[in-house]
Amino acid sequence: MKTERYEMVVGLEVHVQLKTRTKAFCGCSTDFGAPPNVNTCPVCLALPGALPVLNERAVQLAVRAALGLGCAVNPVSVFARKNYFYPDLPKGYQISQFDQPLATGGAIVVGQTEDGKAVQIGITRLHMEEDAGKSIHDRYPGSTAIDLNRSGVPLIEIVSEPDIQSSAQAGAYLRTLKQILQYLDVSDVSMEEGSLRVDANISVRPPGQTKLGTKTEVKNMNSFSAVERALEAEYARQCALLDSGGKVEQQTLLWDGARESVRPSRTKEGSHDYRYFPEPDLRPLLLDQGWINDARKNLPELPEARRTRLTQELGIAAAEIDQLMATPALVEYFESVARASRDPKAAFNWVMGEVSAALRVSGEEIDRFRVRPADLAQLITLVKDGTISHTAAKRVFALMVETGKPAAQIAADEGLAQVGDDGALAGWVDEVLQEHPDEAKRYLAGEKKLQGVLVGFVMKKSKGRADPRRVNQLLSSRGG
Amino acid sequence: MGVTREDVLHIAELARLGVDSARADELTRELSSILEHMEVLSQVDTSTIAPTAGVGAGGTPLRTDDRVAPLMEGTLESFAPSMRDGFFIVPRLATHEDPTESSA
Amino acid sequence: MTPEEFTTAGAAAISAAVRAGKVTPSETVKAAFERARAIGAGKDALNIFLHADEAASIEEAKSMHERVQSAADIGILAGVPVAIKDNIASLGLPTTCGSRILADYVSPFEATAVSRLRAHGALVVAKTNMDEFAMGSSTENSAFGPTRNPHDVRYVAGGSSGGSAAAVAAGITPIALGSETGGSVRQPAAFCGVVGVKPTYGRVSRYGLVAFASSLDQIGVVGRRVDDAAIALEAIAGFDKMDSTSSDADVPIYRLSALGKPAPLAREPDTEAMRIGRSPVPLPPPPDATTLEGVVIGKPREYFPESLDEGIRDLCERALDRFRSMGATIRDVSLPRSPLAVPVYYILAPAEASSNLARFDGVRYGLRVDPARGLKAMYETTRSQGFGREVTRRILLGTYVLSAGYYDAYYKKAQAVRTLIADDFRAVFNSGVHAIFTPTTPTPAFTVGAISDPYEMYLNDIFTVTANLAGVPAISVPIGRLRRLPVGGQIITAHFDEYSMFRVAYALEASLGDEAHQ
Repeated sequence: MKTERYEMVVGLEVHVQLKTRTKAFCGCSTDFGAPPNVNTCPVCLALPGALPVLNERAVQLAVRAALGLGCAVNPVSVFARKNYFYPDLPKGYQISQFDQPLATGGAIVVGQTEDGKAVQIGITRLHMEEDAGKSIHDRYPGSTAIDLNRSGVPLIEIVSEPDIQSSAQAGAYLRTLKQILQYLDVSDVSMEEGSLRVDANISVRPPGQTKLGTKTEVKNMNSFSAVERALEAEYARQCALLDSGGKVEQQTLLWDGARESVRPSRTKEGSHDYRYFPEPDLRPLLLDQGWINDARKNLPELPEARRTRLTQELGIAAAEIDQLMATPALVEYFESVARASRDPKAAFNWVMGEVSAALRVSGEEIDRFRVRPADLAQLITLVKDGTISHTAAKRVFALMVETGKPAAQIAADEGLAQVGDDGALAGWVDEVLQEHPDEAKRYLAGEKKLQGVLVGFVMKKSKGRADPRRVNQLLSSRGG
Repeated sequence: MGVTREDVLHIAELARLGVDSARADELTRELSSILEHMEVLSQVDTSTIAPTAGVGAGGTPLRTDDRVAPLMEGTLESFAPSMRDGFFIVPRLATHEDPTESSA
Repeated sequence: MTPEEFTTAGAAAISAAVRAGKVTPSETVKAAFERARAIGAGKDALNIFLHADEAASIEEAKSMHERVQSAADIGILAGVPVAIKDNIASLGLPTTCGSRILADYVSPFEATAVSRLRAHGALVVAKTNMDEFAMGSSTENSAFGPTRNPHDVRYVAGGSSGGSAAAVAAGITPIALGSETGGSVRQPAAFCGVVGVKPTYGRVSRYGLVAFASSLDQIGVVGRRVDDAAIALEAIAGFDKMDSTSSDADVPIYRLSALGKPAPLAREPDTEAMRIGRSPVPLPPPPDATTLEGVVIGKPREYFPESLDEGIRDLCERALDRFRSMGATIRDVSLPRSPLAVPVYYILAPAEASSNLARFDGVRYGLRVDPARGLKAMYETTRSQGFGREVTRRILLGTYVLSAGYYDAYYKKAQAVRTLIADDFRAVFNSGVHAIFTPTTPTPAFTVGAISDPYEMYLNDIFTVTANLAGVPAISVPIGRLRRLPVGGQIITAHFDEYSMFRVAYALEASLGDEAHQ
């Protein structure tokens, strides 16, 4: 964190689309990419006389998200109308939550201080609401085209405390939040697809001052790095303003990615009086405390906890864990292999090596991968107990991917069982020394570094079946 | 609490009601007069009373996450004022309003 | 049945005749349209109907006839013509809510209440006139002209369900659907000399009822007699999964309530199955309504003020005497916060309405006026041309009381006082009182154009609006004439106790007989 004349104070509001099959208040599909307005009905079109009915899966996913973020889930929460006019808001109000949201008071760990303490960003609240449709300007000249397929898709809004102190920290918050929500499997959390959207509130103040400065709202950032750059730009603007004796005015600014700058929104300020009142078409959402407790117990393991556990139980190094954690499904697979084979190190190497390579080639997802964890564990065990060599194992693996047969069977069929018999090994060593007199002479004269090359020749001659460890020992004992 | 003409013009704008100057004066009088009758409520002690959230006991019913074909006859075109290629079409926001602002 | 008999026959009798094959649905529909022509239901005369399609109705009647003949499922309203208030969505005819902003709108879906009537065999013959978006007490706020009172065309039919009350009063249909937010079924029923019911909030699905004030709205029924209202309510009541505020309380057979016995259920709990039948399984016999032994009826002092019209007071006292003569005990009670009801209502209802009417913006349906000055101008011009004066006034009032700085003083305050008003009813019903009796309105019908001050018009609801705020059921029953205009008496009971409400209503109707209309 740089030392500046002013401290940066940032709070982030993140909107996340929940991955339900149907909308929040009606049975229309939430599928992405349908032709305009085909996923609509009287409710999400706001036809006269239509009424909302709440989707239970949206509630389940919202509660899971809230619990996963460490929030307290309120057994009673109330829906409210947020009233404003916009052509993609068909009712002229959005069903959201105001006074009594679904959840409050969570936190995300975004890093560590120098003395090892966790750096936390607080979460003020998490509430449920519905998405609006899409407005497409200038597709037809002088007009705006409205598509209501997205109208009514369930969202959660996650509001952070103004605890974020730098653009880098904002990025860390967003990346961590995204990962947690992925692990919880509540959303696709893709900014590109619009299932995750970010608005920022930023103010500055002299270091040490506790009172918050006037904040501005920054919108229209379409990637995490855009958020970071937008915050830097607005921070600079506010600092310059204060330095020249000016005052920061409360306003909404839009990030212009092309120009790398913020500019004021041209919609009139003060025109947003949302006139919130409790939604009379829905009774309060009542959640049984026992059900909430069960949901907490049944949460998938969160990234932080998993990281800790992998470090402590399996002894994997931090850098390696980060690599694995990048794909939640990969971590699951790795863990299954590690436990079944009782060799986390080998499991790690195989998963990050051969398995990842195979997935890249085939383009498939890990959960469809033919080689199941138990199968790979068997292969690792075969290597460990000396039945086949590591080199042979790679060949076996390739055949496992191709045929789907178990490791032991392939090893037997292909005759790849490792040869540990000293007689055979000695024979091969002799042959290699004869066939490569040059290297043999230099090795026996003392060039130890040629041992690897000679072992390689033996492996090749033995079609990978020789036990490399034993070969090494035999060669060493020949001299050199 | 009287309602002023400025109040009326402001709330008319919030409600997108397009009230003209003459009507604004009339409405100011009418609303002020109606609101006078409401003043009696300020004398009622409601400090210990919970506002009615709506009649009826129990929480809101929940619906399963299953697709339902809407019970709806005919096409959107049968009632839409203006559609093109499946989109509802409206006049562009006037130039002083920002086109890149999304709704939600 | 002769055409004359059709104008006075009850729904039960018509349905029985249709099921027995003595009358065809086409005959009942034709009789309804003939009566409509004779009485002048069109816009040049009483202005009861906004939309009707005789040819389509006859076609439907023919299909209904086939249903009846094939012993298919037909319900308790087989072949009965019904009229529907124009803020209730129906297929085939427009749903305009009495407003220019929906003048040509035909709903692509139908209200649950209407589907249920049709499932029971009823035939929708017309959409009826109403105050625009149900805001009014006279039907003078309709964009399509007022509805005249069939008893005397100089007078209003009441509102906002004026057309529905007039359709029944004029003998066109025995049953009509209306809507209640502050008295909009009971008041016009009282003005027109027919029966009007506001069910418990949540008793009838609101899906398809164009919302005015969501926490107050209910679809109500108008009937020639108490029996017609009881049958209609049984047909439409019950849980609807499309309405999150609808109740899953059981629906009793209201027609049996006069017998004073425990209420048998109209249908199996948790199912949509109707009671179906056709001869030789008859409908329940007409109730025997001669005794109210053991019933305690409350007379709330706030509804019988010093200033109450003498004529109305006399008719109410006569009704109370009849209750006594049938064995009921009359007890003086108090609903002390009732005088606060009109201010509370006129904060809460416009507030919810201002939000509910925001969807009328010219984007997806209804009127669009585009002066080619951009989107905002389209919104403002469409809404100012599409909405009438009362609607505009209430949207502004509602927006104001919800706006920043005023929410606590007005909206939140009104919701708290609403709780007190509901508590008053709870206290009375918990003290051993089975039903409360009051006048329905402070005066009989007034002449068209007589009231121009908005708040004076609002005071028409003074006796009816408390039931909407508390959510309790209430019925208006004719109790006599004043200066030859009909007067109604109101019976109010506890939540979901329509059974007791009908019991007392049947008794009063039977006791007064023809005197109720003299």
